[in-house]
Amino acid sequence: MSDILTEGKTEAVAPTDGLTVLEQRRSTATSYGIPLAVLAELTHRCPLQCPYCSNPVELDRSGSELTTEEWKKVMTELVELGVLQIHFSGGEPTARKDLVELVQHANDVGLYTNLITSAVLLTKERLAALADAGLCHVQISFQGNEPVVADRVAGLKNSHEKKIQAARWTRELDLPLTVNAVMHRQNLHQLSDIIQMAVDLDADRLEVANVQYYGWALKNRAALMPTIAQIEETSRIVEEAQARLKGVLAIDYVVPDYYALRPKKCMGGWGRQFFNISPAGKVLPCHAAESITGLEFESVRSNHSIAWIWQNSEAFNRYRGTGWMPEPCKSCEFREVDYGGCRCQAFALTGDAGNTDPACTLSPMHERIFKLAETEAAANNNRFLYRNFAGGTLETEGDHGA
Amino acid sequence: MAGRNISVSEASRPKLPRHAKLKFDETRQVWVILAPERVLAPDEIAVEVLQLCDGERSVAEMVDHLAAKYAAPREAILTDVIAMLQDLADKGFLTEVREKTP
Repeated sequence: MSDILTEGKTEAVAPTDGLTVLEQRRSTATSYGIPLAVLAELTHRCPLQCPYCSNPVELDRSGSELTTEEWKKVMTELVELGVLQIHFSGGEPTARKDLVELVQHANDVGLYTNLITSAVLLTKERLAALADAGLCHVQISFQGNEPVVADRVAGLKNSHEKKIQAARWTRELDLPLTVNAVMHRQNLHQLSDIIQMAVDLDADRLEVANVQYYGWALKNRAALMPTIAQIEETSRIVEEAQARLKGVLAIDYVVPDYYALRPKKCMGGWGRQFFNISPAGKVLPCHAAESITGLEFESVRSNHSIAWIWQNSEAFNRYRGTGWMPEPCKSCEFREVDYGGCRCQAFALTGDAGNTDPACTLSPMHERIFKLAETEAAANNNRFLYRNFAGGTLETEGDHGA
Repeated sequence: MAGRNISVSEASRPKLPRHAKLKFDETRQVWVILAPERVLAPDEIAVEVLQLCDGERSVAEMVDHLAAKYAAPREAILTDVIAMLQDLADKGFLTEVREKTP
């Protein structure tokens, strides 16, 4: 799946974009907003084994997943809270047998529905049923532009071919399509071809999303981290394509924040616009939040409403706004631009989620992690640790994990 | 089939594509356009124009309607409406119904 909700996009936020305008009108609470969108991780089950998977390293087992009725109740509550959009994600959301029913319910209660899928389990009939249920948009992840690289990264044979087929069905059914290309050192050389693939598939939108390094991706950082030369080339290719394809294909570009000067405005600020619901029903400020030890997360199965959890729970309030910030964030003029970056990354790299995200040049750790990225990229150790319920499996020569 | 790379003119019959939904948000009491990864908050004039974008009315007809309603010069309205719609089209939030080719 993509990290759509967590990424700083390089394009400037339009003055007409979402929360900015809504907040100018003071139509929301003063210290934080009414959440705009929710990422619903229906399951952690997935036929793919991508080494950069954004799911936690400790995956929720199928037996703990919320039931159909529980998800329906959740969606009804979300609308009451003021949520406008729901992204059905995973794991692989199409692994849930009740997906059509859930999309139908989301549509019935008035949520804008987006399906974030690997697409390898889709049939044309199922896709048509999802369209009939009111699905607004389909987002398909791609691991490359051809099967050799793509199937190896996915750890699944024939996955690329199935994705291409599903993308064609999507457009045949006149469903809008976003191609989500997750980029790293071992597929960045295919970027120009991936852009052309998105055009050929008649996609509306392409996300060029550089891997973000927490969870599985952090374990695989040495195999995935791009070189500076690659990043410079990527920016050039994206900018050229954005100009050339204006009005044909919208391209969003997510920069790799190890090579950035400023950290990303992760989740638009902790507990400010978005939240995530895990397969087992935990309400999380972001999909990686469970990696931060020492924070307790409330469940939709608790006695609390989702609105209560959003407004009052300790986990949401811990890093909300700017009051929690230490220096250098505390006195920084950008503190409300990036909200100190990503809490999960701060935790993973410094051991304290309350520190400045080391992606920021003002972090005392920045120089060290930048050098580390450079060293890892140069070492060119390309062996993957594939994502699975067993805690990961190292790639062996020739098996490609498939 | 939805069109791409459209150039908005008086003859265009634009409409919102399936992935862009114009909706009044009761909680926040504002109109919003819901699109993939985006929530846009169009101003009142944009909302009025977008409500006319049904894929049947031409831009010329919309401008006639607005010029009459606001007793304003047609040329000025035409320029503003086309600029606004072209901007939305360039961002992928507007499409047009194409005449079937024989």
